[in-house]
Amino acid sequence: MLAGSTAILLLVCGLIAFAFLKRRPASPAKRVWIVGAGLVFPITVLTALLAYGLVIGERLLPRQSSDLVRVSAESSQWRWVFGYDGGGRRTYDALHIPAGRPVDVVLTTADVIHAFWVPRLGGKMDAVPGRQNVLRIEADRPGIYAGVCAEYCGIGHARHGFRVVAHDAAGWQAFSAGDRP
Amino acid sequence: MNALRRHRDLARIWDSPPGWRGALASVNHSQLGIRLILTAFIFFLIGGILAMLIRAQLATPGSAFAGPDVYNQLFTMHGSIMMFLFAIPMFEGFAIYMLPKMLGSRDFAFPRITAYGWWCYLFGGSLLIIAMLAGLAPDSGWFMYTPLSSKPYSPGINSDFWLLGITFVEISAIVTAVDIVVSILKVRAPGMSLDKMPLFAWYMLVTAGMMLIGFPPLILGSVLLELERAFGWPFFDAARGGDSLLWQHLFWLFGHPEVYIIFLPAAGVISTILPVMARTKILGYGWIVGAILALGFLSFGLWVHHMFTVGIPHMALAFFSAASTLVAIPTAVQIFAWIGTLWSGRPQLRMPMLYLIGFFVTFVMGGLTGVMVAVVPFDWQAHDSAFVTAHLHYVLVGGFVFPMFAAAYYWLAHFTGRQRQYRLGTLAFWLIFVGFNMTFFLMHLVGLLGQPRRIDTYPEGIGWTFYNLLSSVGSFVLAFGIALFVIDISLQFFHAPRSRRNPWRAGTLEWGMSLPPPSYNIGSIPHVESRDPLEDDPRLAHRLAAGKGYLSEPRRGWRETMAVDIVTGRADHILVVPGNTMLPIVTALVTGAFFVLMLLKFYWLTPLPLAGMAWLGWRWAAALGRKEDVGPLPIRGEETALTHAEVEDPPGWWGSAFLLAADATFFGALLFGYAYLWTIAPNWPPPRLMEASLLTLGLGLLGAGVASAARHRPAAQREGLGLAGTAAMLIALTLSAFFAPPPTEHAYNAALGVMFGYAGFHVFVALLAQLFVLRRRRAGYHSAARRAEPRIAQLWTDYAAGVTAIVLTASHVPALMA
Ligand code: HEM
Ligand SMILES: [Cu+2]
Repeated sequence: MLAGSTAILLLVCGLIAFAFLKRRPASPAKRVWIVGAGLVFPITVLTALLAYGLVIGERLLPRQSSDLVRVSAESSQWRWVFGYDGGGRRTYDALHIPAGRPVDVVLTTADVIHAFWVPRLGGKMDAVPGRQNVLRIEADRPGIYAGVCAEYCGIGHARHGFRVVAHDAAGWQAFSAGDRP
Repeated sequence: MNALRRHRDLARIWDSPPGWRGALASVNHSQLGIRLILTAFIFFLIGGILAMLIRAQLATPGSAFAGPDVYNQLFTMHGSIMMFLFAIPMFEGFAIYMLPKMLGSRDFAFPRITAYGWWCYLFGGSLLIIAMLAGLAPDSGWFMYTPLSSKPYSPGINSDFWLLGITFVEISAIVTAVDIVVSILKVRAPGMSLDKMPLFAWYMLVTAGMMLIGFPPLILGSVLLELERAFGWPFFDAARGGDSLLWQHLFWLFGHPEVYIIFLPAAGVISTILPVMARTKILGYGWIVGAILALGFLSFGLWVHHMFTVGIPHMALAFFSAASTLVAIPTAVQIFAWIGTLWSGRPQLRMPMLYLIGFFVTFVMGGLTGVMVAVVPFDWQAHDSAFVTAHLHYVLVGGFVFPMFAAAYYWLAHFTGRQRQYRLGTLAFWLIFVGFNMTFFLMHLVGLLGQPRRIDTYPEGIGWTFYNLLSSVGSFVLAFGIALFVIDISLQFFHAPRSRRNPWRAGTLEWGMSLPPPSYNIGSIPHVESRDPLEDDPRLAHRLAAGKGYLSEPRRGWRETMAVDIVTGRADHILVVPGNTMLPIVTALVTGAFFVLMLLKFYWLTPLPLAGMAWLGWRWAAALGRKEDVGPLPIRGEETALTHAEVEDPPGWWGSAFLLAADATFFGALLFGYAYLWTIAPNWPPPRLMEASLLTLGLGLLGAGVASAARHRPAAQREGLGLAGTAAMLIALTLSAFFAPPPTEHAYNAALGVMFGYAGFHVFVALLAQLFVLRRRRAGYHSAARRAEPRIAQLWTDYAAGVTAIVLTASHVPALMA
């Protein structure tokens, strides 16, 4: 996408610069400019892009999977409460997940709109009053990932961050069994 | 009559009286246009200073320059000022100044409305600045998401300043849009058919049309949110059946078209300047008109793309994603028509052209990043990060500020009558261009690194510091460039030598007058034969001044200009526009009193300014009209035409029709909200429905039918039936409202309350209009020839009847069925 964009940008700049040259080939016909460059060219590029986006988007959607883990995230001004096993177990401002397994995060809010975003683990989703949104994330390897609140939520917005701790299989066992990691 | 006599007579009729009284009472479009431009530019500078403060804060990690409370006010005010108080009024002012001159007319269709629009803008904008100086500026972001902006989370007066101040300014935008649409459609030089209109007029026609459809949803949203904040009507409170997403829908229904509303006038400027700079004609006039219409249409299908992360089903997202990429096509048509124009001519690198090149580079980049965020998975990543801030500035600064600076240099001679002399401008351009790209290109990168937008600070050691510091340095280079621009322009106002006529040898009519133009623009009105009248006849300016066109003989002290048939441009009638009056400023002050009382929470006093506005509206209409028929009058040689008072559909009728079209979108958005809450919001159904009654419903429908059908009867009967029908509607609405459950209990009740209030308001307006017609007929203002007033009143009555019928049906029928 980046390379394509750069190419288009350069193309447009080049065409403009060329127009200022004293000696240049005669201008192509109106049809070439408007139908060729104005219609056919963007339609081709955009169709390809759209298809690509749809396919990737479908792949990112929450889907049934046998080793799926489900956690809940309740956001509030300015704290994150994560729940496991149907809410039996809670952690604050740090979300624990197993690495290498898909995780569904069920997002709710206690007050205003917030958004859950861990840049290195995938997309973001809003937590909207009166609703539950589900976001699928997956960490490829164990580690600690920084997360932020990505919807402006008032005075504490910049500091409304959290951590995601991705455990290896043994660590996840231990965490699930109730040990403090 | 020689040219000098004509000039003296016309100037006596059209000039504003000297002194401050004249300044307050002026309705002259050139003066008002310049005032709008200057006011908007001052707001641009204020918004720019706020941007500098933002960048100063973000330059270093953990900066203690501004705390989060101040920072939140800074970016909220920066965004709101730039979008509402700078961009829109700026192009409105430009259009108000330029359109009549390009279209070969002497003024806009509704000069008093032009003045009222400017006063409302000035007062509403000042409210926001006062709030800021008092440290009470809005702080919920320029899109004011609920529930953050609702009472529990924003208890202060800050959000009220936004809701009321912006609504005040939006009123000005709506009435100005009506003014623009009707002036373009009706008030042109004879012979100028739609396909001979300068392209800029096409752009403004579509823009103003989009404003009529795009702004009402935001006004509705603001009204609802203010009702929730002031009286606890829970439209956006999920616990009581409201939905915060309703606000997002209403806001982006406005907010997305808004971006195109800002871009289109700038594109109009480009399509006007570019061919002149390339010494050729624009390539593909018809294609461009098609592209503008397509853009206007498509932009209303896109609002959901601002809501990709709120949890909407993926297939729906795919639809909006496709629609979002679709708008790139008409944009591409325009860009390549422009490049083709450059190629087919001999472009010269003059000052305006320099800014146009700046536009091309930045805007194309903004467009490409725009296509990226339209792809859903990418947006999940980039949404609400600094990447989006960068994207929106490439589009807005590239697509609006650069073309406007090009316009400043291109038309400066028109405003000042002087030619450019100093060379500071080139340096200013390079500073602006380099500074801008430095500021915002880096913000793409740091956004991809994960920096969210709207954060007042960030920690050290995560790799953001370097980008932010450089970006801030860039913004100060940019600021320096803008300061140089201001100096350059001001020097030309005061010191440069006089310009000759038509310095760029352009073909459009605005250059066919002496510079700076007199208050009446042209001594006589041309007959237009092509798209470039000045090219056909380089001596046109002299011939017009010598009275070789239409309406060359001033008469009766009237301000006359020609009105034409919409499509063919055939001379239709003489439009006599009202002269200077205090009504606009007084009405704007009374309107402002309403908003200030709301702000101060003196709700019980608000009926006072409302009654004042009804009275002023009456005076406004009563100042027009005549008690005798004058018949056809000579307009040129042997040709004659009637005055607007004696034709079927004068501009006043069209004005009402377009105002009602905007009103109808407001109503449509209200019905959408009602249906949306009912079907999608959590915590429905409501605890109880209203007490429906077939009798009340029947009475209201009957009244609506009678009031509307009365049109076919002779005057006296029509008035009687109309009043009876209107009274019946009023009773039915009052009864319904009386038997509805209290509005604070549930969003259902609150929605009903607003619907009854809306219908009641229009029935009341219809009542006033009918009483007005009755009085005027008795006073001798109507005749077989002078028949427009009853027709206009009927328009308002029909609208009230339609609204009442729909509101009563939508409220009673679901309750009856339950
Ligand atoms: C003149 C130079 C400008 C600079 C240096 C500048 C800088 C900025 C910065 C740094 C932000 C991000 C604030 C944040 O997210 O924390 C911002 C936001 C914004 N700017 Fe500008 N800006 C400029 C001009 C403009 C113009 C001309 C417009 C519109 C016509 C504009 C419209 C906006 C909007 C709508 C926002 C979003 C505000 C919000 O998040 O509520 N800016 N600007
Ligand atoms: Cu938050």
